[in-house]
Amino acid sequence: MLRTAVRNLFAHKARLMMTVLAVLLGVAFVSGTLVFSDTVGDALKNASAKNLDDVAVSVSAEQEPPKPDGRRVTALTDRTVDAVRAVPGVRTVRADVTGDAVLAAKDGKPVGDAWQNRAVNYQPGPDGKDSRYPLVAGRGPATAGEVALAEATARKAGYRIGDTVRFATDGPVLAKKLVGLVSTDDPKVTAGGSLTLLDTATAQRLYLHPGQYDELVVSSKPGTDEAALTREIRAAVPEKAANVTSGTALAEEQSRMLTDQNTALTSTLLTFAGIALFVGVFIIANTFTMLISQRRREIALLRAVGAARRQVVRSVLVEATLLGVVASAVGMGLGIGLALGIRSVLNANDAGLPDGPLVISPLTYLVSLATGTVVTVLAAWLPSRRAAKIAPVEALSTVDTQPAPRSLVLRNIFGALIAGLGVAVMCYVSTLESSDDLPLAMLGSALTMTGVIVLAPLLSRPLVRLTGAVTGRLFGTVGKLARENALRNPRRTAATGSALMIGLTLITGMAVVGNSAESAIDRMTATQLTAEYQVSTSTFSGLDPKLAAKAAQIPDVTAVAPMRHSSFLLGDEGVVLNGTDPRTIAQVTALKVVQGSVGTVRGEGIALSRTTAEKAGLRAGQRITVELPDQKKHRLTVAAVYEDNDIAGDAFSDLPLVSYGPDEAPKDDALLVKTAHGASDATAAKLRAAFGDNPLVKVENHEELRQETAGPIGMMVNMVYGLLGMAVVIAVVGVINTLAMSVFERTREIGMLRAIGLARAGIKQMVRLESVVISLFGAILGIGVGLFLAWAGGSLLASSWRLYETLLPWGRLSLFVAIALAVGLLAAIWPARRAAKLNMLEAIGAH
Amino acid sequence: MSYAAAAPAPTPTMSGVAARAVGLDKVYGEGETRVVALDQVSVDFAAGQFTAIMGPSGSGKSTLMHCMAGLDTISSGSVRIGDVELASLGEKKLTRLRRDKIGFIFQAFNLLPTLTAAENITLPLDIAGRKPDPAWMNAVIETVGLSGRLTHRPSQLSGGQQQRVAVARALVARPEIIFADEPTGNLDSRSGAEVLGFLRESVRAMGQTVVMVTHDPVAAGYADRVVFLADGRIVEELHRPTADSVLDRMRRFDGRGRTQ
Repeated sequence: MLRTAVRNLFAHKARLMMTVLAVLLGVAFVSGTLVFSDTVGDALKNASAKNLDDVAVSVSAEQEPPKPDGRRVTALTDRTVDAVRAVPGVRTVRADVTGDAVLAAKDGKPVGDAWQNRAVNYQPGPDGKDSRYPLVAGRGPATAGEVALAEATARKAGYRIGDTVRFATDGPVLAKKLVGLVSTDDPKVTAGGSLTLLDTATAQRLYLHPGQYDELVVSSKPGTDEAALTREIRAAVPEKAANVTSGTALAEEQSRMLTDQNTALTSTLLTFAGIALFVGVFIIANTFTMLISQRRREIALLRAVGAARRQVVRSVLVEATLLGVVASAVGMGLGIGLALGIRSVLNANDAGLPDGPLVISPLTYLVSLATGTVVTVLAAWLPSRRAAKIAPVEALSTVDTQPAPRSLVLRNIFGALIAGLGVAVMCYVSTLESSDDLPLAMLGSALTMTGVIVLAPLLSRPLVRLTGAVTGRLFGTVGKLARENALRNPRRTAATGSALMIGLTLITGMAVVGNSAESAIDRMTATQLTAEYQVSTSTFSGLDPKLAAKAAQIPDVTAVAPMRHSSFLLGDEGVVLNGTDPRTIAQVTALKVVQGSVGTVRGEGIALSRTTAEKAGLRAGQRITVELPDQKKHRLTVAAVYEDNDIAGDAFSDLPLVSYGPDEAPKDDALLVKTAHGASDATAAKLRAAFGDNPLVKVENHEELRQETAGPIGMMVNMVYGLLGMAVVIAVVGVINTLAMSVFERTREIGMLRAIGLARAGIKQMVRLESVVISLFGAILGIGVGLFLAWAGGSLLASSWRLYETLLPWGRLSLFVAIALAVGLLAAIWPARRAAKLNMLEAIGAH
Repeated sequence: MSYAAAAPAPTPTMSGVAARAVGLDKVYGEGETRVVALDQVSVDFAAGQFTAIMGPSGSGKSTLMHCMAGLDTISSGSVRIGDVELASLGEKKLTRLRRDKIGFIFQAFNLLPTLTAAENITLPLDIAGRKPDPAWMNAVIETVGLSGRLTHRPSQLSGGQQQRVAVARALVARPEIIFADEPTGNLDSRSGAEVLGFLRESVRAMGQTVVMVTHDPVAAGYADRVVFLADGRIVEELHRPTADSVLDRMRRFDGRGRTQ
């Protein structure tokens, strides 16, 4: 029987190729993901291990809140450094001062990502150089007026040695002369961040206080026991003010952190691989069903000459196994290429992944081969059972007896149950509002999709009739024949359409949610924000309160409302409280007061949004006692209640009510600036100038705000499109497969049609239209289910996006239909050509 | 009466001839594998006549029909349907000719399982984008006795009924000539007799021209004329045949050492 299986495998090369392709793409994705994550993980670990190579013990200062002057206080002082240095076994002690420094590029714009702009003190050794940051050019910074940059940072900012570098830490702009360039393999710098080196005294003055440090990095003399050294150093430093960690523990912690980061990406990619494989299952199952119906007589003959049912099943499964193994092997090879591709694509987008040798672990081999093979065999299992049911007597019959179509009743009941359950869950989800219910929504989506897939043969009748009505109207008899052909085998049409449906459901869901979210953002900026500009800092370090007054003095500016975020508990609900200027808030946002008046919001008066007030059962004039972040009880009066507003938030009050801890300096999180003559580049420039052209300060108009909030959504949606596009490619393979089989089965009909006068072009058209009808069926199912899921699941976003409502991206939806159409036309090219080429006389006589 | 292979055929007025082959050769393969399927065949099929082509397996009778009907190309000679020389037609025009001027009935019913009986009958007209003449359509359906079964699919019809649908399909477009390839080959004798009855009736009452390939003497007995083929040549012809006279002729071939 093995020989039969192998022979069969090679007897249908084209069909084989298609099936191989379906498995292969899925496996490529799996192995590509695994190789990528192993390779990158390894490289990251190596890089971090290299950084920690020389670290025996690390002493890091306990994090303390900044003092009113914005500078931190640490317990690691010069005296601590001396104490550590005196511990036996210590070779060197680096005393690091670390902070953020946002560089202004030559053109004035900030350089790098906001959260990865490090500034460190340059610590020259006995040779005058810092071994941690090898110099590439120039020298290290030695005085308060000097600075060195990482080479990559300088290149990005456009600075050369001798230039004056402008940057800001969290206060005013600083200008220092660039004296040196260093090299670093810090992944944060390579990944789009920046690195600034200052002399130690300057760094301390900027971030800490003279003689204080953030971290002491200790290297040991050869032969020193790390654990013992750690204990001894722990005894030497002030107890509660510092964490003493051994180098080994540090390395472990870093490695765990890197692995965690990696896992998130890996599991996302593996999800898509899973989707691709799931789609592949339909195609494999379909192919085997078709191969078996094509070989009915052969199988009957095998049974007639004595093969047991079990042997028939085994022969089919052996065939599937061989196919799975070959496809998986090829797919794995492709996956390795894919892994390299992912890395270079991500790096091209500034991901800064370190280079490193390709890591292909035995697990990757095992998982890829096993996944591909198991999926193939599982998909072939049902068809193989069907093959076993073929009666030996069929070998003897002269007429082709196609098996009577099996009843769909059971399948429909089953499908209706699952789909019903899924729809019920999603309808329930549509009444929920918290993103905590996401797992339930995912369960409901999976159930709905599965149910619809099971019901697809039932649904294929009305839907194919619908699409067929269009083709019939447009293409007459040929269109009608195409429709009837698509209706002929509902299971096959359904399986083929389902493969396309899965991808399109997910893509549609993403597109609708993305579009709805983007438009919610649009409406928020367009309808609620009446101010032209929002001023904030890129480091979220806050703005000096004096800047609000400074901005208000610009001639064109008519109102400035500072925003100071805080929060308190009202009953069990957390309420976001914005400290602002009640006199100007109504000018920077469209505020609708429903009770009380904004004028009375002062002192211990507070305004609540309608939802917040209703939840707490409060009305204007009532009093509440709450504890604010200053850790004091406040007896507040509800002075006003306003319609929900994303700018004003849950509640707002006069600025002084919002304060932090007793030692913390108040800072404004943002300023909303209203101007007399709308937004213009000149006004923006004036605003920037008022803030000293500080690279920390962001002055954003509506469009920039929209971009900032909506940009990541659009990017994510686009990425998902790309990944799911693969599912569509696999679906094309499925359609080709089905059509090829249809053409094969209908050889005689095609011959007859040609004889009675249908031209070759007509035959081609017929196959093409059948393909289009099936593809459109898949598209209608996919887009329909996708819309439903997006509608039901969209409510979960409503809690964080009050203006969220489901909005259909008509342009994109029509694009998806167009893609389905293209899929149909593309998939039909080869089968249609084959059908048209059939020899008429042979076709008529074919059995 | 036999036609000498090389002798030119008599030339009756074209209006009386629905299809004509002159010096028709059909050769398959080349060199060693060269097979002459038709060897200088010249034959006329008179309009309004029911002609049967008979001959043993491999005699070339199906090939002759395929060449006459424009289903197969010819190696040399001439084939005309009405006034149209088939050799001069390209693929597209040939297809259109088959659609408009020729009707087909095949051995294995060759209906589309997805269409109803009525849709199968009008299929050639639908392909051509023509509307069937309702009166003629009714007459044809009446004749083949399918009135009650027009909405049935082929799978709901018996073999005889399916072949009657095929006959109706061939008739409804009023083709100049109908070619039938073993139309009773898959039918029991009663159904076969019915189908042959309809074919003869269509010739008698509707003036249809029918050319039928068969190896069944009973079927040939329904024809006005029987042409016998052997080894790619026309060897005999019989007018107003009966099943017995056809059988008699066939036995004579066998007596001369031919086997069926």
